[in-house]
Amino acid sequence: MYRIVRKKELNPTVTQMEIEAPLVARKARPGQFIILRVTDEGERIPLTVAGTDPKEGTVKIIFQIVGATTFLLNTKKEGEYIQDFVGPLGQATELEGLKKVCIVGGGVGCAIALPIAQALHDMGAEVTSIIGFRTKDLLILEDDFRSCSDRLIVMTDDGSYARQGNVTVPLKEMLENGETFDTVITIGPLIMMKFVVLTCKPFEVPVIASMNPIMIDGTGMCGGCRLTLSRNGEKITKFACVDGPDFNGYEIDFDEAMSRGRMYMDYERHAYEKTCNLFAQERR
Amino acid sequence: MAMDPKKHEMPSQAPEIRAHNFSEVALGYDEETAVSEAMRCLNCKNRPCVSGCPVNISIPEFISRIKERDYEGAYSIITKSSSLPAVCGRVCPQESQCESKCTMGVRFEPVGIGRLERFVADYHNANSTEKPVAPEWNGHKVAIVGSGPSGLTCAGDLAKKGYKVSVFEALHTAGGVLVYGIPEFRLPKAIVAKEVETLKDLGVDIETNVVIGKTLTVDELFDAGYEAVFIGSGAGLPNFMNIPGEAYKGVYSANEFLTRSNLMKAYRDDPNTPIMKGGRVAVVGGGNVAMDAARTALRLGAEKVYIVYRRSMEELPARKEEVEHAIEEGIDFRLLNNPVEIIGFNDPEDPRNPKNGFVTGMRCIRMELGEPDERGRRRPVPVEGSEFELDVDTVIMAIGTSPNPLIKNTTEGLEVNRRGGIVVNEDGLTSRKAVYAGGDAVTGAATVISAMGAGKVAAKAIDEYLMN
Repeated sequence: MYRIVRKKELNPTVTQMEIEAPLVARKARPGQFIILRVTDEGERIPLTVAGTDPKEGTVKIIFQIVGATTFLLNTKKEGEYIQDFVGPLGQATELEGLKKVCIVGGGVGCAIALPIAQALHDMGAEVTSIIGFRTKDLLILEDDFRSCSDRLIVMTDDGSYARQGNVTVPLKEMLENGETFDTVITIGPLIMMKFVVLTCKPFEVPVIASMNPIMIDGTGMCGGCRLTLSRNGEKITKFACVDGPDFNGYEIDFDEAMSRGRMYMDYERHAYEKTCNLFAQERR
Repeated sequence: MAMDPKKHEMPSQAPEIRAHNFSEVALGYDEETAVSEAMRCLNCKNRPCVSGCPVNISIPEFISRIKERDYEGAYSIITKSSSLPAVCGRVCPQESQCESKCTMGVRFEPVGIGRLERFVADYHNANSTEKPVAPEWNGHKVAIVGSGPSGLTCAGDLAKKGYKVSVFEALHTAGGVLVYGIPEFRLPKAIVAKEVETLKDLGVDIETNVVIGKTLTVDELFDAGYEAVFIGSGAGLPNFMNIPGEAYKGVYSANEFLTRSNLMKAYRDDPNTPIMKGGRVAVVGGGNVAMDAARTALRLGAEKVYIVYRRSMEELPARKEEVEHAIEEGIDFRLLNNPVEIIGFNDPEDPRNPKNGFVTGMRCIRMELGEPDERGRRRPVPVEGSEFELDVDTVIMAIGTSPNPLIKNTTEGLEVNRRGGIVVNEDGLTSRKAVYAGGDAVTGAATVISAMGAGKVAAKAIDEYLMN
């Protein structure tokens, strides 16, 4: 069992938790993920590590309440326990040698982008962060990004805060103005990452995208997290859990990944509604 | 005394009933059946059956105890050689091991050794309240990576000798393939849990949620005071055929399909983990895993389940009993067929159509058997122009796995072969001092009992190494 040391609501749909898991805290690097189960018999879900405190032995996770399991996780209070917590899994983001980087985060993906921005900042790299949200109420981690970015651009889709538009707008402007980056690192919804890649393509800037497919074991056993890359005209299958979660953005088949991500959409909606109803009844 | 030429039949659930439930298929011998089956054993002098057993159980001796109705005596003879008798009695391919060597088998059907082993283990589990006692600690610590059949066997053997043994398991439940792979109807999970409990009573410590190669490395285990490490991390990444369409929704690896159903309990009415149920299913492959996947799909409510295998019935690698059970249950064997493409639904008019990207069929080509290959199996050759489409909406690939790279990548000096399997000598020793390995991590996909045999060999070698 793993104790929830701290819990904080970042916005109405996004929660941050620090979980006591000393072995994971000691090892986890930016870009890696963990798998948790809230209860015995619960579903295994992957969440990317949003930070660690090796001294205290805690791992920070930030999650959006999107389904039954994240809903259930959010009902757990500080001091309570979750059943299973295993990691760190996947490969850490390759940061070595990077001097000038643009980080593009969208929504809850910003939580994963933050430790990467921090690590780059600590290495002395020049960090430009573009973070985008649907609306002002969903904004998270603005101050954290400000403190580790040489330049921060906040975007909202509806213009309710900062600049209106999606994250590709300022990215495109910068690239058109002749700005160069060693690499662009993007983390967020698949559709956003797809367009970040398309935006960068004419300028031949390398793009790393962090993938978050459906997974079960997360250790290279089930193959559920497979995705297709195109490399030198050849299609190859990779497994996000052991080969990723980061991949060369130009090689990823985003449309296929989006389709596979919707495999259990109906099932998940029913499970979510049922869990919500169950808790509503208990409260009554 | 007249000898019964046939084995006593195994009482089983009727095919038409069991095809719709996840309860165990084979129900086990009762006492009288077990004793009269035991009477068929000639107790011959040269004991050929023992040499057919990968863990060399003293088979005639335990069968003699059954004849005397001393079932606990039989149990203690079996457990001298096997840590998991209730498991082996159910999943071992006895027809190609102990029973294939049985003297009775020369003229008649061999003695039902596996069924008798199962009877003894089940009798013990149902009746014995005695718990094994952990022997006194001999001052040595050994780490085991993975709690599947090889790891549990190695752990059990070392614990009985007084070693302090820690087993590190990546998943949330101990048992490895016994819990995520083999379905409930063939191996009830309560039995695996019971065998694991027995090991805990022997003093074995099981740490779940630890991925060796990630959470801790092999070198860190030595730093933590373990003097030897056994790697039984099992099979790894599932193989796919690399044909078009394998990314469509509805294409599973057998590992994923079985893990969802078995480990994550998707076979229950109200699971937390989804799985595609019902419809028409094609399982590609002919091994035990393919049989398990096909029979699981049927029980989940599929209206039609095919096994698609590129060779003929003769070359089918699955255990005979599983194939027979599958046929009885109505699995449709499409032999000498090979998939060439998986077809998916795409509505170009409506990219938001929820059916987009789901499997609608599988194109196959007929095969014929040509010249034998290097292993003596006749090579399947496609029959030109014989392509046809199978109408299915789920495809399960059960065509093997390749070893997991996590430990190899994080353990310096650990030699692996061309296919990624860990290289070991006859004692299970790897290229690293005090690091042993066995099971699928070494051989690639094989059987539960061969993994147990490897765990046993390594336990003996570890004991000799640490005692010197």
